[in-house]
This record gives sequence, structure tokens and C-alpha cells, in this order.
Amino acid sequence: MNRQKDIFIVADNIVSPLGGTTAENFSRLVAGITGVRRQERPEMADQPFYAALFEAPGGEPLAGTLTGGEPLAIARDGAGARFTTFEQLLVNSMSDALHQAPGIHPDDDRTILIVCSTKGNTHLLDIDDRMPAEHISLPGSAAVVARHFGFTQTPIVVSNACISGLLGMITGVRLLRSGLFNNAVVTGADVITKFILSGFGSFQALSPGHCRPFDRDRDGINLGEGAGTMILSTRREYRDGLQLRGGAVSNDANHISGPSRTGKELGDAIDGALRDAGCAATDVSFISAHGTATAYNDEMEAKAITLAGLNGVPVNSLKGYYGHTLGAAGLIESIVTLASMREGLVIPSLGFENNGVTTPLNMCRSLLRTSLDTCLKTASGFGGCNAAVVLGK
Amino acid sequence: MEYITGTCVINERAVYKNGEKIFSSTDKKNLLSSLYQHFNWQYPRFFKMDNLSRLGFAAAELLLAGWDAAAYQPHEIAVVLSNANSSLDTDYKYTRTTKDIPSPSVFVYTLPNIVIGEICIRHRFKGENAFFLSTAFDATLLMRYVSCLLEAGVARTCITGWVEWLGESYKAVLFLIERKETAGALPFTTENMDRIFKTSMTCE
Repeated sequence: MNRQKDIFIVADNIVSPLGGTTAENFSRLVAGITGVRRQERPEMADQPFYAALFEAPGGEPLAGTLTGGEPLAIARDGAGARFTTFEQLLVNSMSDALHQAPGIHPDDDRTILIVCSTKGNTHLLDIDDRMPAEHISLPGSAAVVARHFGFTQTPIVVSNACISGLLGMITGVRLLRSGLFNNAVVTGADVITKFILSGFGSFQALSPGHCRPFDRDRDGINLGEGAGTMILSTRREYRDGLQLRGGAVSNDANHISGPSRTGKELGDAIDGALRDAGCAATDVSFISAHGTATAYNDEMEAKAITLAGLNGVPVNSLKGYYGHTLGAAGLIESIVTLASMREGLVIPSLGFENNGVTTPLNMCRSLLRTSLDTCLKTASGFGGCNAAVVLGK
Repeated sequence: MEYITGTCVINERAVYKNGEKIFSSTDKKNLLSSLYQHFNWQYPRFFKMDNLSRLGFAAAELLLAGWDAAAYQPHEIAVVLSNANSSLDTDYKYTRTTKDIPSPSVFVYTLPNIVIGEICIRHRFKGENAFFLSTAFDATLLMRYVSCLLEAGVARTCITGWVEWLGESYKAVLFLIERKETAGALPFTTENMDRIFKTSMTCE
């Protein structure tokens, strides 16, 4: 069998309430700072709620700002704005990543843009539910962003619930391996709105306080907003960088809004990702879990990790810092994992105190200094979808 | 080499399987419920679904009728779909419920890939999934991505195509892609996909 092409990670960026670059984000995480806090936003919800959000319109810092840093401000949609909030997030994140990669040219027809999101501009529906489709469409937004950077190829838009970010990365790997493209700019974002907040609220899925992934007392998710960008290339000049080794996707075929009872299908996606990456379970030195802090997700995920033979491997969930950033989560959390690999530092799983799943995992409780060679990132979403990717040196 | 071994087209007037008209109706609002009754589908879950999922479900039901799914393992069967307007039809409906009591049973359908989940639940498919959004039917994207899955051995067969519903306008065009040539199979090319998609706009 022909050896598969290696996929090198050329540059990356996170734009979140914790900061505008990967380095800023990682330094805040190392310092134990969370972007999740109590929000009073009458335009989104009648009652206060906990989430990781960019600053409110008008730029006024809210009560209870972060210790150790002000939250990053992103302009909310306004009349005459060049970009919607969603597009602005993508533009900011991609600008920083492309700036780090002067050898990657958007106008090269061998460079493909992949945009990942669950809801894109759907927040415009909160303003006017008769908003015409062309102002909301994700392909429309992707085209606006592609034009801004001068991409010549039509962007690919991935919208597959909460695995969108990982599926975008996997799509990049597959298209690059096929030789159709040499470079892929994979970017993703989601904006938290009344639409999304009320929806998760209607499922009784929102935690009344800070979320606690995998903990005995976990009681639901915090939502979060942000963007992430990862630039991939097959060009050998980037071979000194970290690699996106492979990935896989599966479906539970069980329920559209509840995960599998056994975890077998996410376990299959993990096995598939390891096989695709040419790795064994024993090679994995760290897992960045989805860990949404709902009762069902974390239980299913712990079973899947155990089925894959990985229950002794250090695990964290970053939802305590970022909340659930939906279509951006796979990208943001993979990029934090890349920073962990570069720095040899694993971020503790914020909110975890006592085991709360039937197959206990090796949860990271404090900053762990260790060498990481092969890492796994998982995600699951509505529609019964699961994804896993392998990051390696 | 990959082949298109089956097709199903549903437009607002008629339903075609492998190019032959199998159903027609002058009542475009109720075409799907008429289909349900005509083909005697025993699947009450259908009535819980939103428009997009019902459309994808119906097209998959007809595409796969008579197909030997047992020739494949559940994890070898992929579903890769696309449309232009995501779940916007249900997004509008959900937004209206938020003014009163937000409905979880409507909210869950505000993602385009739920139709993939419904097809997977119905047929016990556990393989690869992807939902792509594009302003118009993009045969090149679907052919490239599905070929990647089949040639890498990640999947052995794939249901792919277009499922779109917005307001009173809808269309589904599904293709069954396999790595074996069956009677009536067409080579898996963008030309064949585009030709079948185009007929879906003109057929009466």
C-alpha cells in the first residue's frame, strides 16, 4: 500500500473571549482563567445565564469581568457593518493564521478554504424572523470571507452539528491526501444567540452555574462563542511542524438528540481515526474529550474511550473554559491540544472534582507537565454523529 | 471504479426512481404524506420529522427499496448530503416558537444533518456522515468527497445528493454509489450527476 501523504499543520489561531491568538488563549488557560461567567443579556434571555461570550454591544465591560484580563470585544451586528459578527470572527481568526503562513496563498488554486459552523448568521433571525435566506446563508457568508482574502476556489462549507469543526479538519485531510489540493485553510465559528440559548434551554441542557464535565455533580452545558483556524499543507517545507495524522466519523443510528447508550459508535470513530493515522491505542498520550457536562454525553464518551482501550490515558474537557463553542469546538480544542504538544503542558479539566461516570477516566486535575507525541480529539453531536482526529509529532 | 447504481428524484410534481416516473401529484403541499400512504410506509416517526427530514427520508426509502443492504456492514455505509439553505425552513419556525414557549422538538431539527441522522436510524447505517452547504448543487464536491471515502476504504457504499426545503419549494436528488457495476448502473461522474439533477428541474 502506498504511504499516505503527511498533513502538516502550518499555522493556527483561536479567537475567543480569552484572547485573539493561540498564544494568548493558551497563556490564559495555563493561568486557570475561564471565559465562562454569569451573563445578563436581556436581548438573549430573561434570566441571567452562564456562558463564554464576547463583550456586549457598545463595548461596555460587564460586571464580573475576568480576573487577569478583559474579555475580547467583537462588534455585534450593526447597520452598515462590512461583515456580520459571524463573518468578523472568521476574518479575525483567518487573518492571524494566514499572517503566520506567508507561504500559503489564498489565490493559489491548489489552496482550498473550508468553513465550519452549525448556525452561521442565524442570529440575524433573532433580529427579524423574516430575514431573507440570502442574508443568512452560510455559503453566502463563506463567499464573503473567501472574497476578502482573495481565494480563487469556491469554499467548502461543513455544517454537521457539533462535529463540524472536526469534520472540516477531516475533510481537509482527505482532499489533501487525494492530491486535489496542496493546502487547506480550515476555519470555523459560531455566535451564541437567543435562538441557540433558548433551544438548549428547552432541552433542560443548560447548567445553572459553571459546567462540570465528567463530574458527579455535572448538571449541563455552558454555551460559548469563538472561532478557530488551522492551516494544513502537504508541502515538505512544513515537515518540522505538528501533523494532523487522520480522522474518522460515525453515526449512532439510535436517536437524533441523545447519544448512544453503549458508546460503541464513538468508540468505532476513535478506532477508525487511529487506523487512519497508522497508530495504536498504546501510542495515545492525551485525549481532549468533547465533555459537554451533560449527564448523557459524558457517560457515553467515557464508555467509548474505555471501549477503545484508552481509559488510562490523561483526559481533559475544555468546556469549563470556553463553554460549548458548537461548530468551532473541534477546531478550538484541537488547537489548544497543539499548543499543549508544543509546550509539553496539559490543561487541567476545569470543574472536575469527583468521578461521575460508570467507567472512570484519568481526568487531569492539575497542570500536567509531560511530553505529548500522539493526541486524540473527540466530538459528538445531534443527529447521532461522532468524530475523532489524531494529532501527532 | 465507482458507479451510480440507483437514483431517486422528488420534485414538487413527481417522483422518479432510476429515471422512471413512479408517482405524480398535483398537490405539492401534501406530496410527501401521499407518498407515505401510497407506499404504505409503516414508520410513525415520519410524522414527528420536519419537512427536510421527511423529504430525505422519503427519497432514501424509495432509493433503497429492493436494495440488498445486507451486502454491507452498517459501518461501511456512508451518507453525504448537501443543500443551499441548511435547516432554514425549520429555523424560521423555531424562531416563532421562541416568542411563546421554545419547542425542543422543533429545535432539534434546526441542523441540516438531522436528516442524515433520521436516514441512519431508519436503515441502521453507522458509517461516515457529512453535510455540506453550497449555493447550488455541486456535483464536483460530492464526487470528490465520496470518491475519497470509497477509494480509501473508509466506506464501501454511499448515499449522496441534494435535499432542500425552504417555504413551499423543495427538491431531493439522491444517488446510490457502489464499487460494483449493476444492471443499469452509470459511471460515477459529475456529468451523470449533473444530468440527473437537471432532469429534476424539467420533469413533469
